[in-house]
Amino acid sequence: MSVEIAKAHSLQLDDYAPILGLPEIHELRSLAERLKGRSVQMVNSTAVGGGVAEILNRLIPILSELGLAIRWEVMTGGNDFFEVTKAFHNALHGGAYEARPQNFEIFQRYTEQNRARLTLDSEFVVIHDPQPAGLIDARANHSGHWFWRCHIDLSQPNKTVWSFLEPLVSRYDGAIFSSPEFARQLSIPQYLFYPCIDPLSEKNHDLEPEFVHEVLERFGIDSKRPILTQISRFDRLKDPLGVVRAYQIVRRYFDCQLVLAGGGAADDPEGGVVLAEVKEAAGPDPDIHILDLPPWSALEINALQRASTIVIQKSLREGFGLTVAEALWKKKPVIASAVGGIPLQVIHKHTGLLVHSVEGAAYQIRFLLANPAIADRLSQQGHEHVLEHFLITGNAKRYLTLFLHLLDSGQPADA
Amino acid sequence: MNAAEHPFQFYTAAYLTRIGNQKASNLAELRRDLEGSSDASIFYHTYQSLSRHHFLTEGFSNDFAQWVLAACNRPRLAEEMASLDIRDYVALAGLRADLLRVVKDFCLAHPKESELNAFEPFYFCEAIEIPIPLGLEVRTLREFHDSLGELSHSSLYYHFVSSRLRLHLRSNDFSLWLEKELGLRALAERANRIDIYTRTLEGIQARLMALVEGELAK
Repeated sequence: MSVEIAKAHSLQLDDYAPILGLPEIHELRSLAERLKGRSVQMVNSTAVGGGVAEILNRLIPILSELGLAIRWEVMTGGNDFFEVTKAFHNALHGGAYEARPQNFEIFQRYTEQNRARLTLDSEFVVIHDPQPAGLIDARANHSGHWFWRCHIDLSQPNKTVWSFLEPLVSRYDGAIFSSPEFARQLSIPQYLFYPCIDPLSEKNHDLEPEFVHEVLERFGIDSKRPILTQISRFDRLKDPLGVVRAYQIVRRYFDCQLVLAGGGAADDPEGGVVLAEVKEAAGPDPDIHILDLPPWSALEINALQRASTIVIQKSLREGFGLTVAEALWKKKPVIASAVGGIPLQVIHKHTGLLVHSVEGAAYQIRFLLANPAIADRLSQQGHEHVLEHFLITGNAKRYLTLFLHLLDSGQPADA
Repeated sequence: MNAAEHPFQFYTAAYLTRIGNQKASNLAELRRDLEGSSDASIFYHTYQSLSRHHFLTEGFSNDFAQWVLAACNRPRLAEEMASLDIRDYVALAGLRADLLRVVKDFCLAHPKESELNAFEPFYFCEAIEIPIPLGLEVRTLREFHDSLGELSHSSLYYHFVSSRLRLHLRSNDFSLWLEKELGLRALAERANRIDIYTRTLEGIQARLMALVEGELAK
């Protein structure tokens, strides 16, 4: 299935000029000059929902506006396929996995179906994540440049699943990871592309102060007292109970409020259990606001982040943790656990504060509440860090650079 | 106003980061990997790190020094590594040799400490530089000034910082052109003295423009 992105309301590259400056826009156009008309295909497993689809929804119009002949293909499969690939995903993150031969057969059957259905004949083909990794079989006679973009942490993969995928991955011309820490020792070149946020999306664009105020009123949050916020689904790995405990320590010293806002509790049985545990831990405290938001709450999340005095991300494990970049972009001081991709975003004492425990989180929250000038410096530098590394335009630039590098290094692409 | 015989042609550069297969978990391994790492890796962790973190004027821009401080808790060694000024080198081999010497001296003097595990590993990466002409050229100081104000960070970094390795001179593209083509030796020298470690790229740009404005006002 090819995905067509509606052009009627899509943003133009020039819309980013007030954020990046005209020289950066001009530079993107200069970079793309030699790539005009070159064909590119991006392949993933869903057109809506999830971080990869969110990125492709913006990345593809930008690269298209820059003159690349880019297409977005989505792999199709039945529930059995997505159950298998979800289990693969968790296993590659290091989770337990019970290997059943039929799972690998299901994976191969759908790979074969999609291989027959999709025409992957572009000069540059980028396959996102494990689900479509087997489509490397569709490559004809080493044509084109094929890359595997892995958005997940492969540092501790389940051996059975990785030993199944590695022979496929090794046939690509290169792999792209979100962090050096997430990569594997591979025989093919590996490149570093940070995940990114779109500063003009509903989740991140500027908001009128009146709207922010209206959101606070709607949820009964006092705009005059400090607000500590964690935006995350209700998942044990995000440690919402730890955040409540940290807040309770801070409350001994500061009159502040806690906002725990996220979604997923309604359609995730464990999410519902965690939400109930958090409510129990919060008890009758009227200053703890637990908000189970529906998936279409991007503007509300944006407003809550903007209204926050400090944003917390006290995860026990994390992928890249882009909610951190979202908060930094909004010039908010961030206190976050040193896990997953967070240390790439929070450079300790420069763009935020890294913590390793509930007590550490509480201590650093007190420190920043007592030292607003330091909080301000961290948040300004955090914003610069995101501007430099974690915006969608930077992602577009990395793809352009990769394609130019391949052209310059003379590696043949016979497509 | 003097016009240059050869115009200044503005470029920009895009950088692709390649993740290496080397990973150091302590100072002894850093010493081993420094010896075996590529020039592109030394460039990434010393020169290019200046551009990646230009907005941070505190702390060390040299990745090795920052890791030695933050992950190994060896502030004195970190300071020694950070004080190796990339402007003193015209080739990466010299910089690598000095980095290696400093780490080697530490490891020989403190063999036990050099084997202690760091708080987090150091991952070696490499920078791949792709220069791109901007289609912009100038011949006079006024034109140079006006274009300077329109440069992206990458372009400024390419001409003012990484150019040293390309030129194999203790200078930069701007100073070289100002002196050779416009005969402005004093301005070229003042520009070359701008501290790239303690200023952001915007700060460097502003300082350069102020110096050129001073010259234009004469």
